[in-house]
Amino acid sequence: MAKKPSKSTSPDQAAPAIAPSDDPGFVLHSLQNEFEENKRFAASEEQMLTFYEQMLLIRRFEEKAGQLYGLGLIGGFCHLYIGQEAVAIGLQSALDGDKDSVITGYRDHGHMLAYGIDPNVIMAELTGREAGISKGKGGSMHMFSTEDKFYGGHGIVGAQVALGGGLALAHQYNEDGGLCLAYFGDGAANQGQVYETFNMAALWNLPIVFVVEDNQYAMGTSTKRSSAETRFYRRGTSFRIPGMEVNGMDVLEVRAAAEVAFKHVREGKGPVLMELNTYRYRGHSMSDPAKYRTRDEVQEQRDHHDPIERLKKELMDAGKDEADLKAIDKAIRARVAEAADFAESSPEPEPSELYTDVLVEEY
Amino acid sequence: MGIELKMPALSPTMEEGTLAKWLKSEGDSIEPGDIIAEIETDKATMEFEAIDEGILGKIMVEEGTENVAVGTVIAMLEGEGQEEASPSPSPSPSASEPAPVPSPSPSPAPSAEKPAAQPAADRTIPDGTSFTSTPVREALRDAMAEEMRADRRVFVMGEEVAEYQGAYKVTQGLLDEFGPKRVIDTPITEYGFAGIGTGAAMGGLRPIVEFMTFNFAMQAIDHIINSAAKTNYMSGGQMRCPVVFRGPNGAASRVAAQHSQNYGPWYASVPGLVVIAPYDSADAKGLLKAAIRSEDPVVFLENELVYGRSFDVPDIDDYVLPIGKARTMREGSDVTIVSYSIGVGMALEAAETLAGEGIDAEVIDLRTLRPLDKQAVLTSLAKTNRLVVAEEGWPTCSIASEIIALCMEEGFDDLDAPVLRVCNEDVPLPYAANLEKLALIDAERIVSAAKKVCYA
Repeated sequence: MAKKPSKSTSPDQAAPAIAPSDDPGFVLHSLQNEFEENKRFAASEEQMLTFYEQMLLIRRFEEKAGQLYGLGLIGGFCHLYIGQEAVAIGLQSALDGDKDSVITGYRDHGHMLAYGIDPNVIMAELTGREAGISKGKGGSMHMFSTEDKFYGGHGIVGAQVALGGGLALAHQYNEDGGLCLAYFGDGAANQGQVYETFNMAALWNLPIVFVVEDNQYAMGTSTKRSSAETRFYRRGTSFRIPGMEVNGMDVLEVRAAAEVAFKHVREGKGPVLMELNTYRYRGHSMSDPAKYRTRDEVQEQRDHHDPIERLKKELMDAGKDEADLKAIDKAIRARVAEAADFAESSPEPEPSELYTDVLVEEY
Repeated sequence: MGIELKMPALSPTMEEGTLAKWLKSEGDSIEPGDIIAEIETDKATMEFEAIDEGILGKIMVEEGTENVAVGTVIAMLEGEGQEEASPSPSPSPSASEPAPVPSPSPSPAPSAEKPAAQPAADRTIPDGTSFTSTPVREALRDAMAEEMRADRRVFVMGEEVAEYQGAYKVTQGLLDEFGPKRVIDTPITEYGFAGIGTGAAMGGLRPIVEFMTFNFAMQAIDHIINSAAKTNYMSGGQMRCPVVFRGPNGAASRVAAQHSQNYGPWYASVPGLVVIAPYDSADAKGLLKAAIRSEDPVVFLENELVYGRSFDVPDIDDYVLPIGKARTMREGSDVTIVSYSIGVGMALEAAETLAGEGIDAEVIDLRTLRPLDKQAVLTSLAKTNRLVVAEEGWPTCSIASEIIALCMEEGFDDLDAPVLRVCNEDVPLPYAANLEKLALIDAERIVSAAKKVCYA
């Protein structure tokens, strides 16, 4: 598990994650209890293979995006999801695609790929081309697919949390049975509007799952330098939102936790806050020199906690042939190369597109 | 001598009220804290509490009396065993102006529209239409109620919009008709609820987000601009955001700098937003209905000082006005006065004064600040060749600046004089009554600017 170094010395590390509550009707810790009882999702081999393919697609896609950035084909900000793949796949695989909505911040490529959105149009958006999912007008941080109920792709740190509260309000208002999965980072977790949203979501019993993707660094600032409470799952307590602490480097654990959280929300019991401990291998964005951590720290994560390698090992332990897994990787590399070709060859937007989509109506 | 009990001002903008009920009778003994009367304003019914002890002497204003001006002596409070005294004839010592006297008939509020300045009818109103005099706040409420009846996706959220019936009573009665699911009281958390409203619009609903005043929307401006205004463009037209942000904007009365600001120019500078700032009741109703129906995010700027003013609203089912169209409030040939929101009332007043001096002014109400009806301004300029912009707001980077730029760029050949702007003074709005008055625009300043461009 991608543990924060600061936590290993923490005196409460040894204490149970579940503290007794003096409020017997209060469910703050019940979800963690339920999760602890059965921490890993009992995936079939077929499911494990699907997770493996999906995580690998994100990994290879992001590696390619990094290359294209280096070639000058992608500009501006580009935040890669490498290392965090198990979070999006574990959570989104448990969603009801017809009903539920997802919203996230600017590190959004992985969440879109997890939805099965065509890698071509995502990559073409990164290269700023006409065929991009936002017609080349949004770029890396601003991608949406309303068809898939994926609501972005937001560049202002923490804004997606309040917007996600609104999506949840719409689910409740329309009584459509859906929930909103709202992702944000450990950096966004210190924004005031996150807590404004916690308050209203709990007050109004909104169907929303708040997910802190704690990748240990808010840009270059480690959580221990930015956050008085680094165990983010506790931060819903004052709003009576139950918290869950999950190893975000294990897709089966993430999926098991998702099942517990989503069930709670779907039963009309209000929001859940999940802390997913994970690690990003690359810099905050492409322009990050990563001087705030050592190479050894990154290497340690890669060597011992990588979510894809972990699942690969499990598949092999279950009897899967390594050659078959390599063939999957090869096919994915080919798929990503095709997306890159598409993104490079797609034309830039017409100059007339400059003036479209500013307003929907004409006045 | 007894103590004069005067009609209290129960809000910063209250000028008069109704003495609804006396809860004490002449001769009753009064303790501090006793409720002695109920006073109704256009916003609320309030209790009038005694500060001093004594015996209630003569009641000077009977219950049920309407339009009792603030400061009017309504009763006398006598000390124990004191002779009944008449109210002092001298004006209130605390006010620099004479205390208002009770008027038997409804008195026009200062700077309210005068009947002589009858607004020109909107083109969309057919001949023979009847009108109902309606306060602006009720016209806004009616617009919301009608749209909520017509479209179940429409709902209202904001601070005190439901159980309190609206901080300025604009949402009065909506909770009763539509229930708490569609009229949602929020905590005091502007950034958060503006985000939730915006997200709900992205999710397919049609939220009306009320800010108690637009001053508080500064806490939420990130969602208005970054989330609501830009997402349609950034998503290549995929993700719409049909939300209305509405509430009072501009200076109220004696609430000082943090609560007195016109955000029209701020929002009007943002591509992706529609910005509406109506003046009268008919426009408030017709344009708010249009705003709610729009597929685009709308910032709808009202004005607290105008809420209580009544104007004719046409008795037309589903009265919806076009967004982006200015209105000629008064035809004239010598000079054009362009304004919006509360400035329109002052512009009309100025036009009356100018008429008395032989200057025939045309008054244009922009109504929509973005997109701006440039053609209406340029057409009027081509007719009068002289133009003044009257704006209750700061001069720098204002709507006035924008109109002047427009006249330079596209109307230069029609100009017989430089365009002048009449704006508030370029200072944070002061609290002191005299300083506040000095800082805000008025009809007199508009008159003098109009004369200047007419070289009169």
